[in-house]
This record gives sequence, C-alpha cells and structure tokens, in this order.
Amino acid sequence: MSDIGLILSIGVIVVGLLWLTIRSLTGREVERRIIFLFIGISVAIPLLFNITVSEKATPIVKGIYDKVENLPSGSKILISFDYGPSMAPEVEPMSDAFLRHALAKGHKVFIMGLWATGQSLGAAAVDKIVKPEFPDKVDGVDYINIGYKAGNQGVLNVIITDFRKMYATDVNGVDLDSVEIFENIRSLKDMDLILCVGGGFPGIKEWVLFAADPGNIPLAGGSAAVATPLLYPYYPKQLIGLLGGIKGAAEYESEMKKNYPRFADMPTPGLNMMGPQTLAHMVVMAFIVIGNLSFFFAKRRKK
Amino acid sequence: MKRQVPVLITFIVGTVLILSVFFPPAERLGEDFSIFFDIIAVFAFFLGGGNLLRIHFGKVYQKREDWGFSIVTLCGFAIMMMAGLFKLWNPGGIAADVAAPGSLFQLMYDWIFNPLGASMYSLLAFYVASASYRAFRAKNIDATILLIAAFVILLGRTPLGMYVTSWVPESFSILQIPNLAIWIMVSPNLAGQRAIMIGIALGVVSMSLRLILGVERTYLGVDNE
Amino acid sequence: MDRSRRISLIIFAGIIILFILSWIIKSTTLLNVGTESLLSIRDAFFITFAAFLTLAIFSFLYKDNPYYKFAEHLFVGVSAAYWMCVGFWSTFVGNFIPKVSTTLSNFFEVPPKEFDIFYFIPLILGLMLLMRLSPKGGWLSRWSLAFIVGTTAGLNLIRYLRTDFITQVSNTFIPLLVDWNGIGPFFSDFSLSASGQFVMTLGNWVIFIGVFSGLIYFFFSKEHKGFFGHASRVGIWVLMITFGASFGYTVMGRVSLLVGRLTFLFKDWLGLIS
Repeated sequence: MSDIGLILSIGVIVVGLLWLTIRSLTGREVERRIIFLFIGISVAIPLLFNITVSEKATPIVKGIYDKVENLPSGSKILISFDYGPSMAPEVEPMSDAFLRHALAKGHKVFIMGLWATGQSLGAAAVDKIVKPEFPDKVDGVDYINIGYKAGNQGVLNVIITDFRKMYATDVNGVDLDSVEIFENIRSLKDMDLILCVGGGFPGIKEWVLFAADPGNIPLAGGSAAVATPLLYPYYPKQLIGLLGGIKGAAEYESEMKKNYPRFADMPTPGLNMMGPQTLAHMVVMAFIVIGNLSFFFAKRRKK
Repeated sequence: MKRQVPVLITFIVGTVLILSVFFPPAERLGEDFSIFFDIIAVFAFFLGGGNLLRIHFGKVYQKREDWGFSIVTLCGFAIMMMAGLFKLWNPGGIAADVAAPGSLFQLMYDWIFNPLGASMYSLLAFYVASASYRAFRAKNIDATILLIAAFVILLGRTPLGMYVTSWVPESFSILQIPNLAIWIMVSPNLAGQRAIMIGIALGVVSMSLRLILGVERTYLGVDNE
Repeated sequence: MDRSRRISLIIFAGIIILFILSWIIKSTTLLNVGTESLLSIRDAFFITFAAFLTLAIFSFLYKDNPYYKFAEHLFVGVSAAYWMCVGFWSTFVGNFIPKVSTTLSNFFEVPPKEFDIFYFIPLILGLMLLMRLSPKGGWLSRWSLAFIVGTTAGLNLIRYLRTDFITQVSNTFIPLLVDWNGIGPFFSDFSLSASGQFVMTLGNWVIFIGVFSGLIYFFFSKEHKGFFGHASRVGIWVLMITFGASFGYTVMGRVSLLVGRLTFLFKDWLGLIS
C-alpha cells in the first residue's frame, strides 16, 4: 500500500509540476491557489498512504540522547514546555520523546513551563504518557508537574537561586516541602540536566542566558525549525545538543526505538511526519527551480 | 511626578538587578524584584483582556463594520474565562490544576484554542511555497548564494538528500548532501548567526544602559497623554 | 432576497447539516470503541467542532470569508482568556495570595506563607497598570511600566553581555589548524571526509573569518571601501548563507505545522489513518 501510495503521489506531483513548468515557461500566469493545491496534495497523499522513512541520529541529536542515557538512574531532569499551538505539531513529539526516555531510564522528571500553554501541555503529557505508559511512576516521587509562572526570564532569575520562592506548590496545590522529589532541591543548580522544548520567546535562548550559563547547568533542547538556526552559536559549549524541527524529533525517536525494545511500538509522530515532509520539500524545491527557469526565459524573451 | 518618578523607578530597579549579580546581599532584593515583575506581568494579561473587551464592546455598541464577529470574540472570551476562573467540570475542584484533563478549560484548549492556533500558523506553509515559486529568484550573486544554501538545507533535512548522494565515496563524504547541510549549519550559518548575535547583544546592552540611566525615555510616551 | 445572500444561506445550511451529520457519525464511532455514551457525544462534538474550525481557517486560502472571520475572532477571544486564567491561577493565586492573606489562601486552597507587606507593591503597581484603560489616569501606568522596563533592562544587561557577547567572542577564537601533526601527515591523510582534518579546519576558518567579516558588514561608522569593503562583501556572503539556511528551516517548520493539521483531520476526525 505504501509503495502504491508513493508511486501515485510522485506521479500526481510530477504530472502537475510538468504542467506548471510548461505554463510558466510560456509566460502564462499561474493562480496562487494552484500552488496551494500542490502543497496540500504533496502533504496529504503521503499521509493517507502512510509513507514512512527511516532516520539516523546526527551528532547534534545524539549529544542529547547520550547525555540522558549516560546520567546515572535517578538523576534530576527538568523538562520545560515552552511552546504553544503555533508550533506544537513539530515540537510536541520532542517533549514526548524526552519524557519517555527520561522516565524509562529511571530519572526524576520535573515538568514546568514559561509559556501559559505549558500548563495545559504539561498536564496533557502526564495524562497521555506518564499515567498509561509508566503506571509504576508516582506523582511527587518520580515526577512532578510544577506548571507555569508568568514573568518569562524573571522566573528563571528567581529559580536559579531558589525554587520555592517562585514555586510554593505543584499544579495540584501540593506544598513542595511535602513532596519527596523536591527533597534536597533548592534551585535550578541542583538539576543534572535541563531540557527545554520551545521555539519562541521565552525559549531555549532565555534558558541559556538566564539559567544554563550563569548557573553552569547542562542544557539541551528541542526547537521549532524556524528558531533552530539562531541557536547554533550556543552549540556545543552552551547547549549540549539540539533537536531542530521535526527531523530532530524523528532522529531522537529512531534512536529510542533502536535501543529500547519497550519503545518498538511507541507512537512516533516525528518519524510519521517525515514522509509528507520529504515530498513537500521536493515540491518546494521544484517551485524554486521552475520559478527561476521562467524568470530566465522571461529575461531572454525581453532581450 | 509624571516623568521623574518613573525614571527613578527604572534606575533603582535596574541598578539593584545589576548589583544582585555581583553582590550576594543584593541577591535577595533582586529575587524580590523579579517576583514583583512576575506578578505585574499577570496584570499585563488583565490589561490585554480589558483592552480587548473595550475595543469589541465599543464595536458592538457602535455597530461598526463586522460587529457581529466581535460578539464571537466576546462570547469566546466569556466562556473560556468562566471555564478557567470557576474551574468548571474540573475533576479536582478548586484546588486542582486549572488545566486538569477533563476540565472544560482543558477541553476548550484541546479542541478550540489548539486547532485554531495550529491551523492559523499552518497557513504559512502555503504562502511560503507560493513565495518559493514567485519571489525566490537568482537575480544576483548574493541571491544565488542564498538560494543554493536553502536548496542544500531543504534536501539535507530529508532522507532524499541521502538517497541522491549515497554513491559519493566516504573520502568525499562532505559532498553528501546531509553532511553538507550539517556543515553549513555548524560553520557558515553559525558564523553569520554569531555576528548577528554579537550585534544584538551590543544593542541590548547599550539600550539597557540608556534606559537605566534615564537617557532613553520614549517608553514613557508623550506628556499630554 | 438577492441571489448572493440566498447562496450564502444555502452554504450555511449545508455546513450546519454536515456538522450535525459528522457529529452523529463520530459519536457512533466512539460508542463502538466502548466510550461511555455521554462522553462519546461530548468528545464527538469537540472533535467535529475542531475539524470545522480547522477547515474554516483553511478556507482563507480560497478567499477571505465569514467562516474564516468567525474562527479568527473566536481565536482572539479564547486565547486572551486562556492567558488571563492561567496567569491568575498560577502566579496571582500561587505567588501573591499566600503572601498577603490567610483567609484568601484558605478560600483558594493554597498553603499560606509568612505575611509580607512588600507584596502590596506589585499589587499597587499592577492596579496602576490597569489605569491605562482609564481615559484620565493613563499616566499612572507609567510607574508600573517603568518597573517592568527597569527589571527587563537590569536582567538583560549583564546576561546578554556575558552570554551573547563575551562568550560568543571567546568561542570564536578557535584553533585554525585542527589536530595538527605537521604538514606531512596533513597531506598524506588529506580527504574530503565530513569528519576529516581538512573539513574541520576549513569549518573553523569559516567561523573565524565569517564572524569578523559579518561584524564588519554591520559596522557603518567607516565607509565600506578597500580591505574593509572586501571584508564586508565576504560578510554579506556569509549572511546570505545564514539566511538561506533560515529559509530552508522555515519551510520545514511551516510544512510540519500543515502535516500536523492534516494528521488531525485524517486521523482524529475522519479516521482514515491509524
């Protein structure tokens, strides 16, 4: 089915692009809605026919995987959900993968958010992943969701020295002094690793500026593709690794599937999205080529 | 009173936060100011909500163009507000997380806020494709360099890049598209982004100093306000 | 009734019928997989509503229309209320109330903390900020704005100077001959391997020259002529590669969002894919 889908989608797209090329080269106008239709089809067909591709972790992704893997069991990992609906489809697979990996490795997980939407995303992650897939993990012992606080970098400026001054309770109103997981935790400096998932403001950049760098705390992150190139100057000294867009998520998922038999059947939204992603990239590249060809032909005609 | 006091507040708060980095006794004060900032940030949300209500009530009252849609905004605002403030359908009652699964607030996040936000931004996929066709032209050498870099990244960030150049021998592996894409990201892209980052940092530092010292006062607006 | 109005009404009626049909079918599907009846009706409503909202947004691709405007206006209202509610419960109730009132803490069921009179400062400044809504007391909001600006400036000044300036400059001074063991070994092992010595060395040269030429391009106090002009030209090329990379990543990100929405439509709503 997948092969038929692949042939069909490539066939439809190739025929369409040929038509577009002829039309462009003959100098006729192409309606913008036709371009829209192309991109819609190139994403929809691979999805419907479940075209999947395989991925291999690149060094920048492997850096995070190895860090989580090599930390001794019971290490303290903070995952910050710093995103919203505007980038959820590409970064949610990253936070899901981080959460699964950290819990499977037996680390203590602290969930928080610098975006208000992090409150909903953290609660949903606990409900969707922790409770059904890790029923032995206890809230307040193995993981905790302390939720969102307003104030962006102001929040980080406080928790870098004192967690309790900013977070008196977890999201359910339980006093942090009464939970086991927060024993011996005073500030962010007591974390063994911070994993920030985001792509806007506040996001990974603010975590580097206001937490990782001044506190000398290991930091890694998953970023929306749009913000990824901006973060490369921090790699590898100030950022251990970076998942860039959906490909980063897919690479991390493939690494988990390869090394953990329990994750063989786990949902892999990142990997599933790479099929449509590949075809859409092909179409966009074809648009660039056709657009330039028509540009040169038009220039020649003018001459 | 209208200008001197705000300038003084900015000076004191800014100076204390700078000193808190260097002098541990000032650290506590720095934390307190940060918490005050966070609480004021919530009032900024209230201000945003209040402004939204003012604008849309005004539109409905004066029956301006598209006033019917302002009712939609007001209804959406009111229902979400009630769901959140009164924690409607929340399985844990008032003490529970406002976004507890099953609560009306979380349901509205999952099925209204989230799909609307994600769909709104996904429209950009169509426009970016259209821009690739219409505006992305190799008009000169600079544009050509930009185009080639984009092309390599687009190819390299999918398995297609590997399929296309898998025949390249290991001793020339930098010419394999995925490796080339990685190299572009960690070398020229890093260099360009770092140059921009250093420039922005200098701008932020100088602007912060101007604000703290009261040289820059445009944020106070005009006097007759 | 004119023709266009009649067509609009027919389209509207069609959408309502489709919505109800979809709701019924989705409820039945959910009932068949064993969901409780009331829950399945509720969930089916929400899924159908989300799907129709998604389609309403996509309808903008054809042209601006009332269904898109409905979805857009709903988004504005819902998102403003969302941020207000989460801000209220997490920070106002979570950080402010326990410090100022035991009675209110008990009412909101949050553990009270030691009373701190200084917490009335953000309350007063916050209320002053709301004065911006009043036509005459708007100037009072400047005090709170000054506090916000002062905090942001104070926080940013040191952090940006350290992380984005000093550390970045320091990270640019890197070895320009990587793993150097002499000219003989360099040429005997010469290759274009991605992890080879030549490529690593080239990368470091590009970073070193790229950062400085990029900075020269942004330096406008001296005319870009002679050596300065050439360096600035190299800076432009480096920046062009940077923008090209950003464009590539932007395409990738936007397509991912579209894939996410279509996955929702095909999987959660229509059940076409598993």
